Amino acid sequence: MQWTYEWLEKTVRSLVSRTLSRQTSSEASFPGEYQSDQSEIFPLLRHEGMESILAYRKGKPITVAQFLGEVSVVASTLPTRKYVLNLCSDRYRFTVVLAAALLRRQITLLPPNDTPELLKFLSAQYSDLYCLRDASDPVSPFIPSVPYPDDAVETRDFMEIPYFPVQQVAAIVFTSGSTGRPLPQVKTWGSIVRSARVAGIRLGVFSHPGATLLGTVPSQHMYGLESTVLLALQHGLTLYSGRLFYPKDIVTALSVVPKPRVLVSTPVHIRALLDDETELPPVDLAICATAPLSPHLAAAAESRLGAPLYEIYGCTEVGQMATRRTVKTEEWSCFDGISLRQDKKGTWAQIVHTGGDVLLNDVIELRDPGHFLLHGRTGDLVNIAGKRTSLAHLNYHLNSIEGVRDGIFVMPDESGQATVRLMAFVVAPALTQETIMDSLRKRIDPVFLPRPLCLVESLPRNATGKLSHDAVNHLLTEFAER
Amino acid sequence: MDIPQDNRTVDVTADVAQERELAQLIVTTLKLKIEPSDVDPEAPLYKEGLGLDSIDILEISLTISKVYGFKLSSDDENNLVIFRSLRSLNRHIQTHRVK
Repeated sequence: MQWTYEWLEKTVRSLVSRTLSRQTSSEASFPGEYQSDQSEIFPLLRHEGMESILAYRKGKPITVAQFLGEVSVVASTLPTRKYVLNLCSDRYRFTVVLAAALLRRQITLLPPNDTPELLKFLSAQYSDLYCLRDASDPVSPFIPSVPYPDDAVETRDFMEIPYFPVQQVAAIVFTSGSTGRPLPQVKTWGSIVRSARVAGIRLGVFSHPGATLLGTVPSQHMYGLESTVLLALQHGLTLYSGRLFYPKDIVTALSVVPKPRVLVSTPVHIRALLDDETELPPVDLAICATAPLSPHLAAAAESRLGAPLYEIYGCTEVGQMATRRTVKTEEWSCFDGISLRQDKKGTWAQIVHTGGDVLLNDVIELRDPGHFLLHGRTGDLVNIAGKRTSLAHLNYHLNSIEGVRDGIFVMPDESGQATVRLMAFVVAPALTQETIMDSLRKRIDPVFLPRPLCLVESLPRNATGKLSHDAVNHLLTEFAER
Repeated sequence: MDIPQDNRTVDVTADVAQERELAQLIVTTLKLKIEPSDVDPEAPLYKEGLGLDSIDILEISLTISKVYGFKLSSDDENNLVIFRSLRSLNRHIQTHRVK
């Protein structure tokens, strides 16, 4: 079916008129009421008016009306498929495609990386998948690719704010399973909107009305999606379209965007920013996630940025769960609607509004159901630069390479290092380091590539075939002495 | 029709020395367990070849700013081209260095 502007408008109008009265009551009851009515609907955005600024792109403000106009045009050009891989690196365009996909009832897939192996997996699992990106080259031979329609901006305004049902599946994010198969985590529109609203209240974004969110994390990362895109949409804030990477990018963006400004970043980017000596335009609020920040670094960042810095704790399965202001306390406080409990298996996060119960992969010291200390990850889990996987998953891929007889990934002692790197010990008499690295590159995210990969004659496995902690430490010591 | 001639002379020795110095900086910054002379000047730095990722690129950008006195930015013409190889990164540095 060909989608037309009129069709869209009619659909959205009828949806809005059918549910406006209900929306008023459900809106008013938030937050605090989590036993939600499954027929509820949430708006795409909550800006004050059509002329509010939704984004800054290439130095120009984009109003809500312009954004909605672009969404309607992009929605009408999307292929009739069920799943979309939204790889737009421009944050504004990512948001347009996300909204257009919601209008078309398409589900956005957010994979942890774009390695050829993973894209092949996605194309096999989601046969009705296509990719939309703001670059011209196709992402994978297995996935049909559509470029962002550059002329979408030349359009008349689409004046209605769309509402979507809480149960509508908005996105599927993936975590890496231990067998090498990514595990899909379904995110409904209701769950991501509620989460963004609770987070905004906790972070006090109401004290900075109309603030611009400047992010160093990609929109495709769960943290980026929540804290740069949905936080802006659901709190009437402005998003900065460029993805900031180098310290100079952050400084330049901060100096062109008017106050109030919120920096959404990671420990890696914050440390780089602190190492850079350029004077920084002050921000009003800083948010950091993906890995714990040391109190020392947090204090340096607060003083340099001239703003309070809040860390967010979360995981792909649950999304954002807790915050702490690191310079004030080491204790994390859960968001309203999230409570933790422990049993023999570990720590579980209970999501009140969905009744969901998720086993966390971190070592947690619970003070009460809403407060805890974080003591690192559980044994097998690896977290580098906000990307998470397990050693089992990496070992699976290493040992799947033809010619690898045995192999193991090892996480060296990370104390005192800014960025942890994995090592691998591999038995593969017929292969070279380069060929193994080439094969790994096709299978795993580059941040997990071993540095270095050591070829050895055998691994010191014990009689039961296991590698003891001592044996692994011995390998590391031997390597260090080489 | 006259064909414009490129009369610039390329000092190959200087290029090689600069590339070696840059390779040394990269190896030291990233604590790579290789010799600077092992870095192929034409091989990709990012992903394939030396296998660097975005965290490494950020680290290298800090070293470049300290040693060569200028800062990399995402607005630079094409970051993928700059980091295509040791050679292309060195050319970018030599054009923009202030130290």
